[in-house]
Amino acid sequence: MVKEKLLLWGTCFLAALTAVPLLAILSEVLVRGYDQLSWSFFTEPTPTAYKAMKAIEAGEPIPGGIANGIIGTMIMLGMAVIVAVPAGILCGAFLAENGKSRFAQFVSYLTDLLQGTPSVIIGIITYIWVVVPMKGYSAIAGSAALCIMMLPLIIRSTEETLKILPASLKEAGLALGGNRARVMIKVQLPAAFGGIFTGALLAISRVIGETAPLMFTALGCSFIRFTVDKPISAVPLLIWEFFNDPNLQELIWGASLFLLLFVLTLNLLSKYLAKKWNQ
Amino acid sequence: MNDKSYKILLFATALIMPTVCGGVVYALVTDAYEAFEHFGFLKFLTSSEWSYTEGAEQYGALPFITGTLMTTLMALIFCIPFSLPVALFTGEYFKDTKVAAMLSTVTDLLAGIPSIIYGLWGFYTLRPIIMTLNISPQGSGILTASLVLAIMIIPYAASLSSEFIKMVPNDMKEGAYSLGATRAEVIRKVIFPVAGSGIFSSYILAIGRALGETMTVTMLIGNTNNIPDSITSTGNSMASIIANQFGEADGLRLSSLIAIGLILFLITAVINMIGKVMIKRARIV
Amino acid sequence: MESVTPILEFKKTCVSYTKQTMAVKYVSAAVERNTITAIMGPSGCGKSTLLRAVNLMHNLYKNIRVDGEILLNGENILTMEPIDVRRRVGMVFQRPTPFPTMSIYDNVLSGFTLNGIKLSKTEKDATVERCLRSVALWDEVKDVLNKKGTFLSGGQQQRLCIARALAMQPEVLLMDEPTSALDPIATKHIEELLLELQKEVTILIVTHNMGQAKRISSKSMFMYLGELVEYGDTETMFTNPIDERTKAYLTGKMG
Repeated sequence: MVKEKLLLWGTCFLAALTAVPLLAILSEVLVRGYDQLSWSFFTEPTPTAYKAMKAIEAGEPIPGGIANGIIGTMIMLGMAVIVAVPAGILCGAFLAENGKSRFAQFVSYLTDLLQGTPSVIIGIITYIWVVVPMKGYSAIAGSAALCIMMLPLIIRSTEETLKILPASLKEAGLALGGNRARVMIKVQLPAAFGGIFTGALLAISRVIGETAPLMFTALGCSFIRFTVDKPISAVPLLIWEFFNDPNLQELIWGASLFLLLFVLTLNLLSKYLAKKWNQ
Repeated sequence: MNDKSYKILLFATALIMPTVCGGVVYALVTDAYEAFEHFGFLKFLTSSEWSYTEGAEQYGALPFITGTLMTTLMALIFCIPFSLPVALFTGEYFKDTKVAAMLSTVTDLLAGIPSIIYGLWGFYTLRPIIMTLNISPQGSGILTASLVLAIMIIPYAASLSSEFIKMVPNDMKEGAYSLGATRAEVIRKVIFPVAGSGIFSSYILAIGRALGETMTVTMLIGNTNNIPDSITSTGNSMASIIANQFGEADGLRLSSLIAIGLILFLITAVINMIGKVMIKRARIV
Repeated sequence: MESVTPILEFKKTCVSYTKQTMAVKYVSAAVERNTITAIMGPSGCGKSTLLRAVNLMHNLYKNIRVDGEILLNGENILTMEPIDVRRRVGMVFQRPTPFPTMSIYDNVLSGFTLNGIKLSKTEKDATVERCLRSVALWDEVKDVLNKKGTFLSGGQQQRLCIARALAMQPEVLLMDEPTSALDPIATKHIEELLLELQKEVTILIVTHNMGQAKRISSKSMFMYLGELVEYGDTETMFTNPIDERTKAYLTGKMG
């Protein structure tokens, strides 16, 4: 009887403890970052270390913000989504349609392989594939890295959602004389929309905070820029820069708060939508 | 679009995966070749020198392989006492209840936090604690990195284990209860043996995560290029040496870093493959 | 009186899943135009498999082979384009399968959408009304045509699926136990509907329910272990079966 209670309460206690790091991280980032959030934080680019130093010496808040990072993240993410989502959907459809063939199983295995590949290695690869031939760091390279990381996630969510649709749905479409492409576009994909959409949201939330692969591809840039063939900044890259630059350290928390809220909101949103659409 | 061109289109897109993965291996191998050729494959793996003095360059991967293995192993050890209770909580004790859903949301959110933010938290919160406790003077090191790494892999281990615990058939549990077993006994004698291989495989996959984790480890491990001599000493992992030096490296050092990347890629690929195969087997049973 | 070519004719039709297991063995039978023909038999006797062969559903799966001939108006469908066959042969499944993302209106027209056929607004409206009227659903749903088909009750959904199949004006309508997921009242509605519909279309219906076969069909097939054991007028088969196996089944001695 005592043992019984001990196991139950022990389980509850230790399980509850896992909420502590989440609360600790959230509260620390919130408390330390809240002060920095202001309109200019989102509209102005990062200050130079010199400017920041002057401000610190004068006892003023550091001027500037993370606009260059936000815009860079959006540009790279946008380009990655444009490529990864359609390609991932088609590839997922292939796996759902040919699940048992040898080639499909091979592709499925490779999808797992790519999904498990550490992001820093994706960074190396994109450096070799894109940065070296283009002779320089660029937003294109950064988005290629993000795209490669999103691809397996989108493939998996598409495949899984298509597979749980009742087979009769596809058969009913084909029985009406529709060809496979039309049945996929008009019947199967619309029915799977919820799963694919939430899968894409989750994939975005996974890669938006990635730092390592962007270090060797997008590099970073201290001003706002919209060109895709030049180095560009991203929010996680800025956090890394602030972390390494004693003069800019004050800006870490605002940037982290922004990133964290963005990622967690996407996460919760995709979870909420998945639940809502499943009913 | 007729059925034939549709099939061809799908097939052509599916070719992306072999192309990308083949490209990954090809690029890593060709660019790592210089280092392997210069030092010899085995020598590169077993050498603990990492010096880039011009003319006397010496690169070996051993300190980083050791660092990666140490952080991963310790993260695993720290993670089990928390992930297993979470799995039991959500998969057995409070299965399909609101509390369990809340706890899953908490672990999902933990999994969603970017690794650079884990690194910041480790650096600004955990490191001072380690310093005040006098565990290590500089605060950073293998131990600090492993602790944060453990938190990061809890969600992966817990959610998958919970799935396997949930899959234990009810009639098996009821059979045990009807013989007078207590819940603790059912957990120990029915659930763990039945779900065991599934739970084990979820830890294998969690290891796969921990092996390649980059930013957190880079920010917390201390970044010294020698073989760590204790769990509190500083070091570097394979991922963190790449993150630290890739941007400034060229020539032989670049090739050596890529060679480390190749080794890391192979280790994670093998671990993940083992995990996936085990999961498939466990699902069938 | 005798029509020259039957609308549908099986000639030594075989369906096999692997080399060893043949699910349908050498079935030969001619189906009469504008009748309801019931296919009966215990579970696993191959009745659904035979039915699905008629609109080439087996083409979707790699390991299934169909041999022999199936003639639609004298033309062997096994050598025709699946899409052409499926346009001429409608199918209604066991569970209602309205397309979940389409409205009732779009569901009725989905055959056209899926075949890439464009209709004018008036043609669309006319088709929807005609088809929903012929399945006696029009009065119930005419005000909610823009709602999703999945909001309807099971019986209504199944009628919607029949309307959807009718919209393509098929020559043959295949029904795979269309009422097995429905309650008795909905079943009665569908049966009455089928009796009406046979004026427009030849119906081949797989049923588990002997009473249903008796109530609606004029011809019946009895299948057992993949073979067509007996085929004839429903009345005769129920009152005076020739084969022992048919007798055993009809008297409930066989599952």
